[in-house]
Formats: sequence, structure tokens, C-alpha cells
Amino acid sequence: MSHVIDHGHAADDHQDHHHHETFFNKYVFSQDHKMISKQFLITAIIMGIIAMLMSTAFRLQLAYPGEKFPILETFLGKWAKDGVLDPSFYLALVTIHGTIMVFFVLTGGLSGTFSNLLIPLQIGARDMASGFLNMLSYWFFFVSSAIMVYSVVIETGPASGGWTVYPPLSALPQAMPGSGLGMTLWLVSMSIFIVSSLLGSLNYIVTIINLRTVGMKMTRLPLTIWAFFITAILGVLSFPVLLAAALLLIFDRSMGTSFYLSDIFIGGQALEQTGGSPILYQHLFWFLGHPEVYIVLLPALGLASEVIATNSRKPIFGYRAMIASMLGIAFLSFIVWGHHMFITGMNPFLGSVFVFTTLLVAIPSAVKVFNYLTTLWKGNLVLTPAMMFGIGLVSFFITGGVTGIILGDSALDINVHDTYFVVAHFHIVMGSSAIFGMFAGIYHWFPRMYGRMMNKKIGYAHFWLTFVGAYGVFFPQHFLGLAGVPRRYYANTEFPMFDGLVDINVLVTSFAILAAAAQALFLFNFFYSIWRGPKAPQNPWNSNTLEWTAPVEHMHGNWPGEIPHVYRWAYDYSKPGKEKDFVPQNIPMGDGEMDEGH
Amino acid sequence: MSAHTAEVSTEKPSWFGGTSPYNVSYGKLMMWFFLVSDAFSFSGLLIAYGFHRFNHVTEWAVPDNVFNSFPFLEGNNYPMAYVGLMTFILIMSSVTMVLAVEAGHRNDKKDVIKWMLWTIIGGFTFLGSQAYEWYHFIHGTEAGGIVDGVLYHGANLEHNQYGHKLFGSFFFFITGFHGFHVFSGVVINIIIFVNVLAGTYERRGHYEMVEKVGLYWHFVDLVWVFVFTFFYLL
Repeated sequence: MSHVIDHGHAADDHQDHHHHETFFNKYVFSQDHKMISKQFLITAIIMGIIAMLMSTAFRLQLAYPGEKFPILETFLGKWAKDGVLDPSFYLALVTIHGTIMVFFVLTGGLSGTFSNLLIPLQIGARDMASGFLNMLSYWFFFVSSAIMVYSVVIETGPASGGWTVYPPLSALPQAMPGSGLGMTLWLVSMSIFIVSSLLGSLNYIVTIINLRTVGMKMTRLPLTIWAFFITAILGVLSFPVLLAAALLLIFDRSMGTSFYLSDIFIGGQALEQTGGSPILYQHLFWFLGHPEVYIVLLPALGLASEVIATNSRKPIFGYRAMIASMLGIAFLSFIVWGHHMFITGMNPFLGSVFVFTTLLVAIPSAVKVFNYLTTLWKGNLVLTPAMMFGIGLVSFFITGGVTGIILGDSALDINVHDTYFVVAHFHIVMGSSAIFGMFAGIYHWFPRMYGRMMNKKIGYAHFWLTFVGAYGVFFPQHFLGLAGVPRRYYANTEFPMFDGLVDINVLVTSFAILAAAAQALFLFNFFYSIWRGPKAPQNPWNSNTLEWTAPVEHMHGNWPGEIPHVYRWAYDYSKPGKEKDFVPQNIPMGDGEMDEGH
Repeated sequence: MSAHTAEVSTEKPSWFGGTSPYNVSYGKLMMWFFLVSDAFSFSGLLIAYGFHRFNHVTEWAVPDNVFNSFPFLEGNNYPMAYVGLMTFILIMSSVTMVLAVEAGHRNDKKDVIKWMLWTIIGGFTFLGSQAYEWYHFIHGTEAGGIVDGVLYHGANLEHNQYGHKLFGSFFFFITGFHGFHVFSGVVINIIIFVNVLAGTYERRGHYEMVEKVGLYWHFVDLVWVFVFTFFYLL
């Protein structure tokens, strides 16, 4: 499968396309963006399964504290003697569940999969700017995933101080079992992850800037590409600060410095390390941590924009407003990190500044929500599974956004901080929203990835069970939080005032098991369809974007012959005066036709 | 495989697509974005430094008392003299780097070799000077200094005879982090230098690689200006 590709006149381009295709350079060390995208997706799915199973394990403990589940011992061995989850391993499970979901599934998995797949195909490029760095990005991601999973099975257990790894728990190896080797592996894994993310993001940014095909102005880019572009910029600006924080933490752990440590007693003994401040770590961490929320969310919103517009058979409402609001969210995300730290003893005036900037985020977010709704409004809705998941994202984004206003206000936040209210909020607004966006993306672009179609009926079943399951898990948690139930506790049996709330936990756990079981449908559908699904047509969703003009069979360079030129924006659906209800971007303007994008 | 082009064209650069809007190769653009990212790492560290310095403002060491030694003239008081010299050397190495890049634009291999060599020498001199600074700081003075009732000589990551221990921790950490950047820069410069000697870029017809490492080198120098300001001048 070697095609002669016209390259133009690159300065440092190597014309080595007649290379021999072996198993290794096709499936393992591939430099083709489509293969790398699949590698990211499969890795993320495996990581997602691991993290999801962890959550069912600790949900069992929360619903039935102290009861015996022999199955837990089968899987966890000494961490669940006689079927009762060990308290320190409970903390480890919560920590690793969070870490894997936030970084490996929703950052690496989501951006890695869809930025790689869609950027070159939708902007009309042969591949990423640097295929080699792209390959490195995946393999760094793979190594860091492997290390993180390995840290779960070591003798002393993985990091257990929460996914934010606050010092002093993370800084003192003697603080708790997971603070030793487990924490070291966490930091090693994260450092490698940061390299992977940086290599990926640099590639996405320069590819979008430099390699758009003729006519693909920035204002003609599909919103997916805008979302990936802004996400990559956020990653480039925020992960290095986490790197700085992690390096200082490593010095505190092993070199005796005290950047984050002061006045600590262990077993009645005062530590020598004094003068530092754990709050410093929180500032540095959340300077990454808040943009990270949007690194997770923006790609999902971008995918949803595309899926919703295509399946409403209408132009996206407020294309430019969508771009502006993503830029606004991205900018604001850098000046709101303090709302994670309202109860650290922050000066109340400073707190009120962070309240102000945080509540400003509601404006661009609301713009996006209304644009989705107005796009759906009176559309010719085609309710494919992808569309269902897209609409599901909008639903979760609204529900979670509303509680965001409560948490963003310091006066209210003080009452519900560190309770299940927070857990409910972020699982809905960034967890469920982003996962639903990712599912929408998988269902929508599966034909483009594997050349086959997924089964629709199983898709609908998967959607409804997941949708009901996710609301069933997270909605009742608001009430737990308002009642004061703290997050991260192994059991609340010592607090009589929470006795009446156990039933809610049983309900939540039942839904969690339901939602987890529903993913088996997805996995079956996904893997079965890769090999046995019906062959995909050229443009299964009658979509406008360029990726559907490329041949169904993957090839290096994406298009045989010349790359299509672009003459219009991506959202000419149901355009008056047109025979069909879609006009792909590579169709030239007709006589007297107006460019709707402007 | 690289099914793509840098698309540096002779057409007027624009955002219309089909050309690079800034008329630069993807590699150079990537370097710029990498530098922005790295700048955020350094900012994070320097802000952390400021945070702690502000917390311990009364116990903070006075740089004039710490960095007052000059090679071969030890025992005399020349505050900031040596660090001033090494800063000057680093900035001069940026100047020679500019000249190397400029020679590259003229495809003048001989000049590129000359100026790259001077840049590498400048880098090594700076690293050597930094080693001297560290040596002096670690060994301290014979008299030592009393901090919290304990007599210390010199400094390390855990204590510091001149004042608060975090002064020492941050000094070693941040100048070390910067020194690591300079060291990587020198290594990369040497690799590129060897390629220039081998005629790789002459055959390629342009010296853009020299320009890219030049960007990195200038960045490392620029960061030093900030590190110097925060640790020595303020």
C-alpha cells in the first residue's frame, strides 16, 4: 500500500514513502495518525475498564460497610481479606480511580484519540506535522499507563493520598503505606505523562496552524478542531506548572528539602523539615488542575458540536460565539484556581476575587449550552446513538453547571466543601459530560476509524442504561453532600447522624453496578464491530466535513491524489436552494450562493 | 514516514490555508511553543520562590553576603562581581549564537563553525562558573553562621549558614534546573556543531537547525536574566 504522494516543496521533508510495511511499523511503532489514534483509544478503554472496576469495588464498601464480598478477595487478595475491603486500599482505589479517569482516560484518551484522528482528516492534511513525535507521544503515554497500573499491584500498594497528591501525605514516605514506592511510581508515571502530553499538544497546535488545506481558513474549521486547538494550548501552558510542582515534591520526598513541609509530627516526633507550606503545592497544582478540567471537557464539547449539528441537519447556532466562548473559558480557566482552595485559610478578599472570576465562567458556558439547544431546536433530528450521547452531554453539562455556581461561591462552598456534593458536581460536569462526549465521538467516527458500522440497537441500550445509571449514581450524591457526608471516608458507621443515609448509598451503588455492567454492551459492540460490523459507506451520516471525503480504507497520506480544497464552512446543512440537506466543505460555491459562515 | 510538508512557500503568507500563516516551518513553530511551555515551568518555580521568600522575609539570606567570592581572590569581599562576570559570559554566548545564525542565513559554513564553537565555549564557561558558585556556597566561610541557635558552615538543601534554609534549597533547585537547561543546550549545540562540520546542513541547503537551537539558547539566557534578578539582585 504505497502511494506516491505529492508533497509540495518542503524544506526538510524526506521522500521515503516506498517503505516496507511490516507488522511492527504498521501496528506497533506506527507514525500514521489514524493508527496512533486507535492505539490511544484502545489503551484508554483498557484504563477506563480498570478505573471503573475500582469504582464498583469501593462503591460496594460504601453501600455495605464491613460486609463480606468474597469476589473482592478473589480479585484483590490480601487487600480484601475475607471479602472486606482494607481501609488503606480503599483510599488507594479512590486515588487511582481518579488519577486514571482524569489523566489517562479523559486527557490522554480523549484528546489523544480524537485530536489524532480528526485534526489531519478534518483540516485536510496528509498527517501530523511530525509523525515521529506523534509516535513518541503515544509510547510515552503507554509507558506511563503501564507504570500507573503496575503501581497498583506492588507490595505496599499504590499512592493513596487522593488524585491531587497533596503534601504532606505525598511528601513523606512514612506517612501512610501508599506514600512509599506507590507514590514514587505515581510521580514517575505522571512525569512521563506530562512529556507525552507536551509532545502531543505541540504537534496538534503546529499542525492546525501550518497544515490546513487551501481554503480552510480558521473561521471555516469545524468546531472539533477549534476545541482540540484550544485544548492543546491549555495543555502546553498548564502541565509545565504541574511538572514544577512535582519536581519540588520529589525533592521534598527524597532530598530533605522542605518546600511543602512544616511543623509535622509523626509518632510524636517532630520532623526536621520546617519552614515550607503545603498551600504552595495546592496553588501550583490547581494552576494546572483547573485548566485540566477544560482540557478534559473542551474536546468533548467540540465533538458534541459536530455530532449535534450533523444530526440536527442544521448549521450549528452561533459558530463564532462557540469559538469565542471556548476561548473565553480557556482564558478564565487560568485565573480561577483559587476556588479549589477556599478553606485553606485564604484571605477572604482574595477568595471573593476568585468567586468573581469563577462565576464569570458561567457566561461562556451558558452561551455554549444555549447554542446547543438552539441548534437542536426545530432540527430534523436524526437520533443516532452518537446523537443521543451528544444530547446526554448537554444534559449533564447543564445539571453539573448549576451546582458549579453553588461551589464557585465561597460562602456556599464552605458548607459543602469536601462532601459528596463536590463529588456529584465534578462527576457530572466533567466526568459524565466528557465520557458522553467521548462515546458520542466513538459512535460517530467509528466508521471512519475501522471502516465498519457499530450496531445501533446495542448502542441505544448502552446509551439509556449509561444515562440512567450515571444520573442514578451522581444525582443522589448531592443529597448526601448537603447532609454533610464527607468524601473519601472509608465508612460513615461511626457517625450516627448519617445512619439514615445508608439507603441512599445502597441506591447509588446499585446504579453504579448497573452503569458498569452496561459498559459490557459497549465493549461487545465495539470489538465485535471492528471485525464483524457491516462495511461502512463513504459518508454514513451525510456529514460536511473533509474526513468523509477520504477513502474508507485507510491509506498513508489520507487522500489519493490531491488534497481536497475547501470552499465553505463545515455547517451548510439544509441550505435553502440545495438539492440535498448537506453540502460538503469541498464543494465550490454555486452561482450567487452566500457563504453562511460569515 | 512524513506525509506532510513544512509548506514554507514563496506565496504571501496568510491564514487562508495551504500555506504557513507565519511562513515558518513546523519545527520552528514547535520550538516556540515548547519555549512558552518551559517558560511556565520556570515561572512556577520562581513564583514558588517568591511565595516562600515573602513568608520568611526577615530570615532571608542577603545575597551580597553570600556571593562575594572571586576565583583566585578568595577571602576578599567582591559582592556580585563573579556572578556579574558569568552573566556577561552567558549573554556574550547569545551574541555569538546570533552571529552563527546570521552566518547560517548566508550559508557560510566556516563562520557558522566559528561562532557555534564560541557559543559552546561560552556555555561550558558558564557551567564551570556555576560549579564555582555552588562550591563556594556549599563550603561557606570558616566562621560559619548561626541559624536558630545552631552553627552551620556553608549550605546544602537542608540548612544554610547565611539565613533561612529555603534560600539554599531554592538556590540549588532553581539554578540547578537552569544549569540543567544550559547543559542540555550545550549538548544539543555540540550535536548541531558536529552536523555542521559534517556538512549536513550545507547539503540540505539551509541552516534552520542552527536557528532552532539558537532559539533554545536565547531562551535559556533570558531565563537566567530572571533567575539572576531574583536570586542576586533583589
